[in-house]
Amino acid sequence: MLKIKDLHATINGKEILKGIHLEIKPGEVHAIMGPNGSGKSTLSSVLAGREEYEVTKGTVEFNGKNILDLSPEDRAREGIFLAFQYPIEIPGVSNINFLKTAINETRAYQGKEPISAKEFLAMVKEKSALVELDSKLANRSVNEGFSGGEKKRNEIFQMAMLNPKLAILDETDSGLDIDALRIVASGVNKLKTPKNATVVITHYQRLLDYIVPDFVHVLYNGKIVKTGTKELALELEEKGYDWIKNDTINA
Amino acid sequence: MTTTELSKKDKFLSVFSSQDYSDEENYYISLRTQAKEELKNLDFPTSKNEYWKYTRLGKISNSDFCLGKQESIDINSFLIPDLDATVLVVVNGYLDESLSSKIQQNGVTVCSLSHAKKTNQDSFSKRFNKNTASKNELFLTINNAFHSDGIFIEIDRNHIAEKPFHILNITTSNQSATISRNVFISQPNSKLKIVESFVNLNGEANFQNHVSEIFVEENAHLEYNKIQEKSNNNFSVTTEQVQQKANSNFTINTATFSGALVRNNLNVEIEAENCETHLYGLYLAKNKDHIDNHTVIDHKEPHCNSFEVYKGVLEDESTGVFNGKVFVRPNAQKTNAFQQNNNILLNDTATIYSKPELEIYADDVKCSHGSTTGQIDDVAIFYLQSRGIGKQSALKLMISAFAKDALDKISIEPLHDFINLKIEQRFE
Repeated sequence: MLKIKDLHATINGKEILKGIHLEIKPGEVHAIMGPNGSGKSTLSSVLAGREEYEVTKGTVEFNGKNILDLSPEDRAREGIFLAFQYPIEIPGVSNINFLKTAINETRAYQGKEPISAKEFLAMVKEKSALVELDSKLANRSVNEGFSGGEKKRNEIFQMAMLNPKLAILDETDSGLDIDALRIVASGVNKLKTPKNATVVITHYQRLLDYIVPDFVHVLYNGKIVKTGTKELALELEEKGYDWIKNDTINA
Repeated sequence: MTTTELSKKDKFLSVFSSQDYSDEENYYISLRTQAKEELKNLDFPTSKNEYWKYTRLGKISNSDFCLGKQESIDINSFLIPDLDATVLVVVNGYLDESLSSKIQQNGVTVCSLSHAKKTNQDSFSKRFNKNTASKNELFLTINNAFHSDGIFIEIDRNHIAEKPFHILNITTSNQSATISRNVFISQPNSKLKIVESFVNLNGEANFQNHVSEIFVEENAHLEYNKIQEKSNNNFSVTTEQVQQKANSNFTINTATFSGALVRNNLNVEIEAENCETHLYGLYLAKNKDHIDNHTVIDHKEPHCNSFEVYKGVLEDESTGVFNGKVFVRPNAQKTNAFQQNNNILLNDTATIYSKPELEIYADDVKCSHGSTTGQIDDVAIFYLQSRGIGKQSALKLMISAFAKDALDKISIEPLHDFINLKIEQRFE
């Protein structure tokens, strides 16, 4: 589904990603862990197409298409979804209006008819229940005045509405209390199918108790330095990132 | 040496010399005469005048105007969909009764300004011209001297108007000049909502000088919604002179969608305690539009709250001006005054002059003001794009949202929808 080969990226001339290799297949859950500043969020931003980052080398193929040439909106329409670490507040744009526009532009891209009002409302009702998001929030401005937990739940709600092939969750666990974490994780798990894939970017192991990964990658200094199974996350939690840092230096 | 050549001001004023006021009562003629006297010492302000620093009047002072001619008018295209209102039509400064709704509302007196002068009721005569006389301001004084006609609305004590009034203020003909005037009186404990649309028909380069004298008596609620949608090459100078008495509540929503030169002077005098004042404005300028809002809120007595939010979206080579003055007089303790002006410039060639001014002479008050000018937030655009929304639609969504927010307090639902639709269409 996703093939990243030797990906290098810079921001303001500074190289952050220094040769990432990663392959993700349908049905898989990958966790990317790493210390602060290792390039986790850069990787998610580059995949989603933020203009500030310049890809200097490498390729990213998504279902056979080179996505690096696509605009952010076309990447989304192809089925890539990024749940933001810091969801943006957009005063005056209602969640509903925003999602309807997003869904219809995506459908137009795929050559489909716009969604009917009835179908859309039924979907809103069903998907907001999935993350226990108060239906009143759906009518409010996007993220405006939402609590930290509500913002993260709103990200997963949007993900549910857009039904992506590949979801990248960028530190979705940060700032969540244990109840909110459980709700968000269970939402993600319910959306999992054999056809879609999830990338969980996180600093802490605790989210991975709820969203169990098939693979755990450790990102350090712009490269994936270690790949393992869920046990690797536990080992990291126990030994800390210094263990990896020392390992890398010694190697 | 004497010169026979007319000054620009005299030439401008000569347009109105044929207007006939001879059937007015002497008292009203004397008010005009006084204003004409004052005009001798006034001239078109230049940019040296601080009040007019950013708005040059050459486009008006150098033009040749005439009086508007009678035309057959179909008002349907100017009506607001689903708005159940008493419609009053003013054409080139005169009430057209044949086009206006004949249904009377219980507890509300509605007539033309000239009729109000003829019947000369106490409540009208003691207020008319009272707050507009001798202000040393050219356009206001011209209006005092040469106003044609307009609408008088008075709502009685303890009455709530059944439905809003919609004044359609229409100008016609090329280069016509109109000087219109309204007087609104909200008697104690009343509630009234007025919508006034300023539109033009077939005419280019119209000039309109419009004044509304507004009196909000004790514990009265008045909402005035002013929609300026004359097509591009029109000039308007308008003044609202508002006076609030104790415990009253006044709201004005001003929406300006275009204008070669629009200058709105909004002056609110808060004369008693415990008043609430809401001033909201939106200006959308494109091409070479020039839209200028000057507001003054004068807090004279304690325990009053004022809220002011003006927002502008400027594109092409357009210019916006916002000047918001708030006075808090020594006696006006416990005043709470909030003011905000936000602007978005869509091109490098668009300009905004934003000038908040607070003059506070009381020491126990809460006053704040803020002014921002910027572009649409890139991070927010990216967020929308990352959900599959194209960059252009994302921009449109953001601009519309920004603009809609300014007039979100309009309480008349069909009007609110109408404004929102106009905003969306503008940025399509």
